[in-house]
Amino acid sequence: MNRTKDTEKKHIRVACIGNPNCGKTTLFNALTGSRLKVANWPGVTVERVEGETSYEDTRITIVDTPGIYSLTCYTIEEKVTRLCAMDDEIDAIINVVDASSLERNLYLTLQLLELGKPIVLALNMMDVVEERGMEIDMHRLPEMLGDIPVVPVSAARRTGLDILLHAVIHHCEEGMEDFILDYPEEIEEKIQALEAMMQESYPDHSSARWHAIKLLEDDEEVKKEHPMSVVHVADKSYEKEIIQCKYAYIEKVIKEILFNKSKKAASTDRIDWLLTHPVWGIPVFLLIMCFVFFLTFTVGDALKGVFETGLDALSGGATAALRGIGVAGWLESLLVEGIIAGVGGILTFIPNIFILFLALAVLEDSGYMARVAYVMDSVMGKVGLSGKAFLPMILGFGCTVPAIMAARALETEHDRRKTMLVTPFMSCSARLPVYVLFSDMFFPDCAAAAAFSMYVVGMIIAILAALVINRLEKGKSNDSLLIELPEYKRPNGRTIRIYVWNKLKDYLTKAGTTIFIASIVIWFVLNFGFSGMVADPAESFGAGLGRLLVPLLAPAGLGMWQIGVALLSGISAKEVVVSSFAVLFGVANANSDAGMRAIVDNIHQFNPAFGPLNAYCLMLFCLLYVPCVATVATIKKESGSWSFTVKMMVFQIVLAWAVSTAVFQVGSLFVR
Amino acid sequence: MTLYEAQKGCSYCIDGLYVEPAITRRLQALGLNDGTIVNVLNRKNKGALIIQVRGTRLALGRHISSRIEIRCLDGMEKFDGQEAAQS
Repeated sequence: MNRTKDTEKKHIRVACIGNPNCGKTTLFNALTGSRLKVANWPGVTVERVEGETSYEDTRITIVDTPGIYSLTCYTIEEKVTRLCAMDDEIDAIINVVDASSLERNLYLTLQLLELGKPIVLALNMMDVVEERGMEIDMHRLPEMLGDIPVVPVSAARRTGLDILLHAVIHHCEEGMEDFILDYPEEIEEKIQALEAMMQESYPDHSSARWHAIKLLEDDEEVKKEHPMSVVHVADKSYEKEIIQCKYAYIEKVIKEILFNKSKKAASTDRIDWLLTHPVWGIPVFLLIMCFVFFLTFTVGDALKGVFETGLDALSGGATAALRGIGVAGWLESLLVEGIIAGVGGILTFIPNIFILFLALAVLEDSGYMARVAYVMDSVMGKVGLSGKAFLPMILGFGCTVPAIMAARALETEHDRRKTMLVTPFMSCSARLPVYVLFSDMFFPDCAAAAAFSMYVVGMIIAILAALVINRLEKGKSNDSLLIELPEYKRPNGRTIRIYVWNKLKDYLTKAGTTIFIASIVIWFVLNFGFSGMVADPAESFGAGLGRLLVPLLAPAGLGMWQIGVALLSGISAKEVVVSSFAVLFGVANANSDAGMRAIVDNIHQFNPAFGPLNAYCLMLFCLLYVPCVATVATIKKESGSWSFTVKMMVFQIVLAWAVSTAVFQVGSLFVR
Repeated sequence: MTLYEAQKGCSYCIDGLYVEPAITRRLQALGLNDGTIVNVLNRKNKGALIIQVRGTRLALGRHISSRIEIRCLDGMEKFDGQEAAQS
């Protein structure tokens, strides 16, 4: 046990371990007061996360882990969790179990029991069990599981938490009784022989029996960590037999402790009839996404008036105040035209972002996402990806960074890279301001449709790109989908609040850091030239830099140095494309009617021919070219390869240029 | 026959898993093993299907389902809700 004596409080470390989707993170949030993202589909938590709580005189560090079905080590998540479970620093394990699918959940429990660490079983989702009229024998269950404490909790309603903590501390002090599952004689003999060998070779080892069983299962990691010659005992892998023994025991447990197995078909099946319908599944999914973006554009736009008034007041007030105290002209320009225009302009898009994340939160929490993987499996299969790869892509509508991380849930490195390659084409929320602004300015009659078309184009290009790669690799269609479909549930208010607030906080943080700095830099390069501060931005450093890009951008209808500057600075974060237009033309609030008119007038001053077609090509270019620095860094981290990352960036730039050029050239034939 | 040829709404008993070892292990950990009863909840004409096994729902792609050997349960007793004829 790991206690620190220097403080008067005891300190223990506890890991939350359980199947995907059984409520580990909800429980973790409830216990520690943290605000980690929770969603109702597998693969949300990909790293271990720590939080603190205390109970009476004990300080408790709680570790949240990715959900796993088994203590094997075939996926990244399993490795992370397994390392955590075996970590000597962990004093006890809270095994979170979904009581409504006890039979499957107990398999992991049996494996954890063999590990020999103190375990407390947290029976989550008891409300679902009661709703279905099922009953669990709470006396017999612990008896059959080596007398570990079993505590019914509801992570969502935050009940049973104190009892759980009490049980953990108490159990930690008492230690575990040995739990020995009966294996058939042939296997038991081998386990004991291996256990003896383990104890001989590694006398300090705490869980020799668990390692012996793993050796018999031919577990790669254990073999690597504890090299012993065991071929004479473990002549083949007994994994299948061992798994069957465990499940046979679970069936026995279930028979003794679970009563009134529900007869009525769950409401989930009725909802699934439509949502996973062989014909209607895909149209229903597209309709749902349509509805999400419709809400984002219309409701979001309706709410933005509040922000505009506030920003106008701030900008006007700041100018007046600065003039009042008589600050230098350049400082006034930096504050009002640089920072307020650059950062403030971005803040006015908060209503759109808020609605988008609210809708995504509801979708994720309801349990629909896993169905999307099933529904889209046939489409994704044709381009050589499993339906599961579509989940990171949908997450990409929110932010590309977590979407790239979510690709970890995919089984093979090849699938992960391919998913990473196509995910940036899904329009993230940072591209939303660009779409909203330019469609409002140049497509006043059908702004929502123009913006929505970007999402569709992005999806089509993502799928086409995957298809081309598949053809080049001469890959076959991939249809090895394997995903659990959770029960539908009513979205939990607290979960949604945490989710949306986290996303808004990220957005605000980005506005305060990346966009803030980018705005200052843009202001500087646009207001200074070789001769010092310049009155006309056309003589600034920025203009010089932008002019270098003009010949390249001209075929795409984007041949203005201002656009060159905007696109270049947009690599820091896509919202900065909007910021840089605002700073460039000194528009305080780019997202207001007056602000938009000012931008259009300014653009027309430089290039009178800049019309809807040019604006559409600009939106296309923003959709396709290099995503923000944060995404590039994440892709480098997740792929572990600079060459892959650089190739991907080149691919994106070339594609963005090619597509917008093609659209502009073909479009010009019709428009002019 | 294989699970890929299974009919919607029917129950089957698994006879053997013939997928790659890594996937086989996953399936076994999820409780699919020789002798396990599965119920086909939904399926597309060609492609993925949804099965119910041990009280949970799984979506399986064709690659996997066409490599799981199954046999029809005698009498085809109607599957009721959860993990009915387990014993």
